[in-house]
Formats: sequence, C-alpha cells, structure tokens
Amino acid sequence: MNAHARPVDAKKLIKGATGDWEVIIGMEIHAQVTSRSKLFSGASTEFGGEPNDHVSLVDAAMPGMLPVINEECVKQAIRTGLGLKAQINLTSVFDRKNYFYPDLPQGYQISQYKSPIVGEGEVLVDMPDGEQISVGIERLHLEQDAGKSLHDQHPSMSYVDLNRSGVALMEIVTKPDLRSSEEAKAFMTKLRTILRYLGTCDGDMEKGSLRADVNVSVRRPGEPFGTRCEIKNVNSIRFIGQAIDYEARRQIAILEDGGTIDQETRLFDANKGETRSMRSKEEAHDYRYFPDPDLLPLTFDQAYVDELARHLPELPDEKKARFMKEYGLSAYDAGVLVAERETADFFEAVARGRDGKTAANWVINELFGRLNKEGLDITRSPVSAEQLGAIVDLLGEGVISGKIAKDLFEIVWSEGGDPRRIVEERGMKQVTDTGAIEAAVDSVIAANPDKVEQVKAKPTMLGWFVGQVMRATGGKANPQAVNDILKSKLGIAE
Amino acid sequence: MTDLTDLSLAEAREGLKARRFSATELTRAHLEAMEKARALNAYVLETPERALAMAAESDKRIAAGEARPLEGIPLGVKDLFATEGVRTTACSAILDDFRPPYESTVTSQLWRDGAVMLGKLNNDEFAMGSSNETSVFGPVVNPWRRKGSDAKLVPGGSSGGSAAAVAARLCLGATATDTGGSIRQPAAFTGTVGIKPTYGRCSRWGIVAFASSLDQAGPIARTVRDSAILLRSMAGHDPKDTTSVDLPVPDYEAAVTRGVKGLKIGIPKEYRLDGMPAEIEALWQKGAEWLKAAGAEIVEVSLPHTKYALPAYYIVAPAEASSNLARYDGVRYGLRVPGKDIVEMYEKTRAAGFGREVKRRIMIGTYVLSAGYYDAYYLRAQKVRTLIKRDFEHVYASGVDAILAPATPSSAFGLGEKANASPVEMYLNDVFTVTVNMAGLPGIAVPAGLDSQGLPLGLQLIGRPFDEETLFAAGQVIEDAAGRMVLPEAWWA
Repeated sequence: MNAHARPVDAKKLIKGATGDWEVIIGMEIHAQVTSRSKLFSGASTEFGGEPNDHVSLVDAAMPGMLPVINEECVKQAIRTGLGLKAQINLTSVFDRKNYFYPDLPQGYQISQYKSPIVGEGEVLVDMPDGEQISVGIERLHLEQDAGKSLHDQHPSMSYVDLNRSGVALMEIVTKPDLRSSEEAKAFMTKLRTILRYLGTCDGDMEKGSLRADVNVSVRRPGEPFGTRCEIKNVNSIRFIGQAIDYEARRQIAILEDGGTIDQETRLFDANKGETRSMRSKEEAHDYRYFPDPDLLPLTFDQAYVDELARHLPELPDEKKARFMKEYGLSAYDAGVLVAERETADFFEAVARGRDGKTAANWVINELFGRLNKEGLDITRSPVSAEQLGAIVDLLGEGVISGKIAKDLFEIVWSEGGDPRRIVEERGMKQVTDTGAIEAAVDSVIAANPDKVEQVKAKPTMLGWFVGQVMRATGGKANPQAVNDILKSKLGIAE
Repeated sequence: MTDLTDLSLAEAREGLKARRFSATELTRAHLEAMEKARALNAYVLETPERALAMAAESDKRIAAGEARPLEGIPLGVKDLFATEGVRTTACSAILDDFRPPYESTVTSQLWRDGAVMLGKLNNDEFAMGSSNETSVFGPVVNPWRRKGSDAKLVPGGSSGGSAAAVAARLCLGATATDTGGSIRQPAAFTGTVGIKPTYGRCSRWGIVAFASSLDQAGPIARTVRDSAILLRSMAGHDPKDTTSVDLPVPDYEAAVTRGVKGLKIGIPKEYRLDGMPAEIEALWQKGAEWLKAAGAEIVEVSLPHTKYALPAYYIVAPAEASSNLARYDGVRYGLRVPGKDIVEMYEKTRAAGFGREVKRRIMIGTYVLSAGYYDAYYLRAQKVRTLIKRDFEHVYASGVDAILAPATPSSAFGLGEKANASPVEMYLNDVFTVTVNMAGLPGIAVPAGLDSQGLPLGLQLIGRPFDEETLFAAGQVIEDAAGRMVLPEAWWA
C-alpha cells in the first residue's frame, strides 16, 4: 500500500520514549443487513427464537440445495453504497471462501472477493474540536454470516445453532485513513448514524449487528506504513478506542525496544483491556476463493440504482447543512441534532413554524439533559414533540416566563397533559398587568431603602431587585416589564 | 403378449392408453425383471411398494380419462437425485442412510406427469468416474458382452446404472446426469440414447452436486423418441436454481420426425485422434453419409482448442467438486466417525466416507485453487473454457446447425481392466464429451451399430444452445438408418 496523502497532524501523534509515533488505522466493519429473510434463502432473520428455528434446507447445506439471491439484500447494499457516496458496480461476483468449521454448513462462505457490489466512497467525520476528516471507503461487499457453536450445552460435545447461518452481512472496508482512536470512534459513530438513517442496518452492537475488525500499525511521521495487526470482532465503540490505544502502545514499545512487529490477527480482551495474539500470518487460512458456480454474476442497470437513489432518505450531512441554513443553528447544535434520525425528526417537529434556535435550545438542553439523566432515548421521551412545541409557543407568545416554562416542562414530563391547559388551570400565566407589577416593585423599593442607595451607585445591583419582584409575584411577572418598571422607578438609565 | 419390458416408452404409452395392459401390470413386469437382474447391480435401491402405489394411482387416472403425459411409465432414478423419504446416497459411504426431506425438481416433474418410480440407480461415487466402478455399492455390469465371451464389461459412467437398467429392460427410461460425458458415454457403451441438454435447461435443484458449472440432468432411454418424451417433462425453468434458464420447453417429441433436410452438419477435424480405432472412424463416416442421404449438407469444421478441453476440464471439475463436497463433514447428516475433537472427526469421517477417486479429485481441486496456483491452473482453465466456447460459436455462426462426432474413443471395456491403469487413461474416455460440458451445449449419444466384438458404438451430435430439437431430429435419422438397436440377450435372468 502506498503512503496516503493525509498530512501528518502533530496533535494526533503518540509520544514514545524515543520520539513521536503516528498510528495508522483502517477498519473492516461487518454490518448485518436489515431484511426479513437471509441472503440466499427464505429463512427468517429474526433475532432470538429457539436454536435452529430459522433454518432452511439451503442454510443447513443439504445435498443438492442451491442459493438464490435475496433482492432486498442487494437493494440494501446499493442504498448503503449510495449513502457512503460510493461507486456502485453494476456487475459484481459472488465467490466461495472455503474453510471447515462446524457452524459453516456449506464448508464455504459465499462472499464477494474480487468484484464487490460497491467500490470506493467517502465518509466525512466531524471531530469534537470542529475538525472535519475524510475517511475513504475502499469497498463494500455482501456475504453470509455463519451459525453459532454452543459449547455449554453438553459435557463432551458442542452443539450448532444455524439461526444466523446465511444472514446477510455487508463488509465495509475503509482505507487506512484514521490517525487516532478518537477518529476511529468518531468514524464508527458516524457510520452507524448513516446506516441507521438508511435503514440498512440497525447498528445494534450489543446484538452483534455491527462489529469491527480494526487494523492498527504505527510509524515514525513521514515514513512508510509499518506492519499491521488486525484486531478481530470488536463489538463496541468504547472497546474500539481501548483496543487501538492498547495496540498502538504495544507496537511502539516493541519497536522502541528494537523489535519488529509480526503481522498477525489479535483478539481484544474487554475484561483486561488488552489485545492478544490469535494467529500469525503463517497460520492464516488459504481460503481458495473462486467464483461461486451456483450463482451468476449479479447485474443490474443504472436506472435500478437511480430509482433507489430517488427514494433515499435525507442523510446526516445534508440534514445538518439544511438545519444550519433553514433554522440558523450552529454547526455544533445541528451536529448534535442529526446524530440520530429520530432526534432530528423530533427537533423538526418542534421547530416547524417556530423559532429554530429556541426549539434547538429546548431539545438539546432541556429534553436531552433530562433524557440522559433518566437513561432514556428520544423514542421513549415522556414529552412529545407536540407538547414541547406548545411550551415553546407559550414562551414565545409571552404567556409564560422562561422560569415558568421550565416548571411547565417538569409537569408535562411527569404528569403529561396539554401544556396550554396546564398553564390555564394552574394559573401559571405570567403577569403582564403593569399595575400589579408596579405595586410589587413599589413594595420592594419601600422595604429596602439601603439597597436603593446601593443600586444608584452600582446599576448591576438591579438583578437583586428583579429577583425580589419575581419572588413576590411567584415568578409569573413578565421579566422584561419588571426590568423596565424598576429602572424607571429607581431612575437608572438604559 | 410380448414381454412388456421389451416395449419402448412410446409403445408402452400407447399400450396403456389403449388399455392393452395396466400400469400395474407394466410396473410389475419391470419389478420382476429387476429382481432377476440383480447380478447387474444396476439398482442400489428398489422401491416396489412405492412403484405399485404410483402405478395404482396411474390406473385410476387412466380409467378416469385423466392420464398425464407419462402416466404409468416406470422409470429408474440415478442415486444422485434427491428423492423424498427415499435413501439418496450419490453411491458414497459418506451419505450413509441419508433420506432427504425433499424431492429434486427434475424427479418431481416426472412424478407430476404421472411416471412411476421403480428405484434408485447405481452410479460412480458422486458421479466421478467413467466406468461405474467407483460406487460404494460396487460396479454395475454391462448387459452387453463380447461375442463368445463371458467377461464382464463396464456400462460406462457415471450414469452406469441408468444406462445398464435401460439396456437390460429394467425400466423404460432413467434419469441421469452429465458433467463430462456421464450420460453420453454410458449410453454409447450400452446401445441406448442419452441426451445432455444445454446447461440451464434442467434444474439442478435437489441433485447432489459434483461440478456446478458443468452438471446437467438428462434422460437415458432406448429410442430417440423416448428420450425426447422424457426430456420434455424433466426440463424447465426453476426459480430455485438461478442457473436454470427461463425459456419455454418445446414439444421435443414433435421434433423427432422433422428430418435433417437442408441442415448443415459439421465434422470437426480435431476429433480425429491419433490411434483412434478404425471402427470408430468408419462409423463416424457412415453417420455422416446417413445424414447426407437424408438431405443434410456435410461440412468440415474446426474446433481448434479441442485438445485443451480435457486437461482444462480436469481442473475446473475437481476445483468445484472440492468445494461442493466440503459440506460432507459429519456434522449434520450422513456418516460420522467420532474423533477426539472436531478436526479429528472431520478427518476420520471424510477418510472413511469418500472413496479413492473422490479423494483424488478433492485433492486435485484443493491444489488448483490454492494460493499461488490459482492463476496457473484454475484461471487458465477458465480461459481455455472461454476459447472452447468461442470455437463452437464460430462454427455455429458460420451456419452449421449441429456437429457430428464419435461419442467415445472405444466400445465398453472390461470390468477391472483399467483398475491398475493411470487415472488419466480413464479420463481419456471423456475426450469427445467434455468439450460439450465446457461450452454448456446440448449433446446426444445415439447408438449407431455394433463393433466387430458385437458391442454397441454410439455417435454424438452436438447442438446450438437450447436447440435440442435439431439433435432429436438428426438423432432420429441416425436411429432410422442404423436400425433400432437390438437389445442384449438376457443372460443374467
């Protein structure tokens, strides 16, 4: 592989005992395709069920059984390719990857080796410091998942569950474009967001719907790539970060000791937070790939791709740009809102026909804050977009003050109900009657002659008066009116 | 009444229709013949109860005037075809007592059309062989013997059981498969008609796979017409096999009497091999004359890459086989020989379950697909395959309608005769047939006479893709000219 064009970024370097090191990361992500049935059989892809509930004759590789491609899986791969801004290959080929394993009934996995369905693409990733990095996609191909060996069912034998056997996976391979564990984690997060927007993979890493093999190597800045190690099957974003950090440190220590890196496959032990050797390059399988003679090359025309493109949902990058433009949001706020399609939809439902910035504020600060505290996600929010919109309306119309709005949010959160009716029934409307406010102002001034003296010398003391008046009115006074009246009565200039 | 088993399929069909005999009588006659012919070892499993039940159903249908195209016709099934609830082994120990819970598409179409299943027929293990000597059930004996000799001869392979059963009147027709000549070579060795249709014409679903890109099912029968009748029921598109082709199935039987007037028949010069027996050469010449006499134009054609076909075939077929046979691992069905761990179980199971020839091909196939050898062997073989296909395309583009060639380089040889020869000598049996599989074309073997030893010899006609009709038409001309093949004397009964 040639040295990549990405320039060395000093702040990404790792300090070793003998100088700086640059870590080079590429990933191979396995994403389970969202589809009702398997890649080459009609069996269900449903998660769970009793072992071997979802197994067809094809999945069990009975003699004389033949694979038939599931068109929905092909469409999902094309949609994903489009979402990754990638080249869609109108002809691709399924190959057999041959190896023996009890949970691989055919004795080979049907995959795509030389001619994948999707070629080169690109994912843009926003880092927390505002930097945007571009991660090249090398390819995406379709392949079958294997079954599962169960070793805990019998004292001397292993059992095999073929429910997963033949489920469609997309293997997405990046170019070696990532330069830190932070970047790798941010990339994985972004990829998961894109897959979820597209509806082509549920992105559930706990269930194994999304897992990554991480290739890590280190080098002195400016030098050619070093020897890489592949860390297999890392199944959480946090573990991806930990595995990379550990592995980079391990390699640097070896190199600084004058050693060399052996190209090998390693496993990440989440309990110990370290990687350990699984097999060396010499022990690597010879998979004897060759085109699967049971399947003709997969072909479709550009019109087929265009039709799928037409029905593609708005993707996070486009949505973010639109939120910034249409609602005047900051890049940060827009980025937070588009991270999940459900969140973005929720925000839009609140913001439609209202002030975007206020809506974003309420969604991000109040709602997200509260959801996080309760450990809930947006789909289980007790406050609906409609209810939050009503609160924003009441605030905008000046019916309630900001403080009351927060109280109202709490009531809606815990009790539910129509915010407008709650304000009405519980007398939470803010007081805009200047007579009533004047009376409260007068009594505060009369009760605090010393403070009156002080405020004349130090106008910022006005805040103390505002607080007293608000307290006297039970928070319902219009803060702007209170301010204005106080200023005129105390003789403080604008 | 003549012996019912002597009838051709078409004659039996007429007899049933005219109620000259019942389907049950016809089936019973065959079951009795099978019982007497066990020395031939053509059947590895007889299914008399199923046969009689199917025949009874046929008699009901005939009585009700609801006869289907193959109503009451007793057939044998090569043991490579999955038959629901009936042991299916591909004649390998590794499948043990496997009873598939499904029926192959081809056989289910035969039963749909009213045919009666007599039993499962012997074949070379996993269809790998040209003499039917690699079967775990032992060799099949050719019903033909040399004049004045008791020596047992092979029926050819891999569909040796099918060919022998048809020739010995143990069924009116049989299913067979052809990966490199496994229908045509045994048909030629037994004086029967065998057609390998165009790749994609018959569904492969439910047929134990040998080499997926070459395997194709077809019938073996005693006349050209019989084979046309059977192919019509066997062929057709199957959504479960994506390599099967969605084209209407013609009325093949109607093509039988079409004649060859005005057709151009090619004689490929590259098939004239050094050391080819003079009798074969002469028969080939005679075949060309018969076709010419019937109004065809005979032209010499060139298929320049023919000499590479056999070596390329013996790379492609084992490569695919090595992968196709990986599923026989003792985990889910068939034979399992326990071991101390999974790897030992695999090794012991496959060591015990596969015979020598199958192991040899798995080894060759594994080797040619290995890293570092793939380009030199498998990829080059595929390139050769493309060139062979192109050779035929050029010939057909020049207006040739079919090609005439010998079916085999010799007549049937003795049982065990090649046991100590090199495998390559056995492989040479396929020299005239493999090109057709490599190009995916249809080919028919038609009996054309007897050699000086009194053994049948066959001629082969190779057609354009999906033009089986011309093969039936030309095949019938040869059959008519040669005279319907006499049946071997029932020395075994």
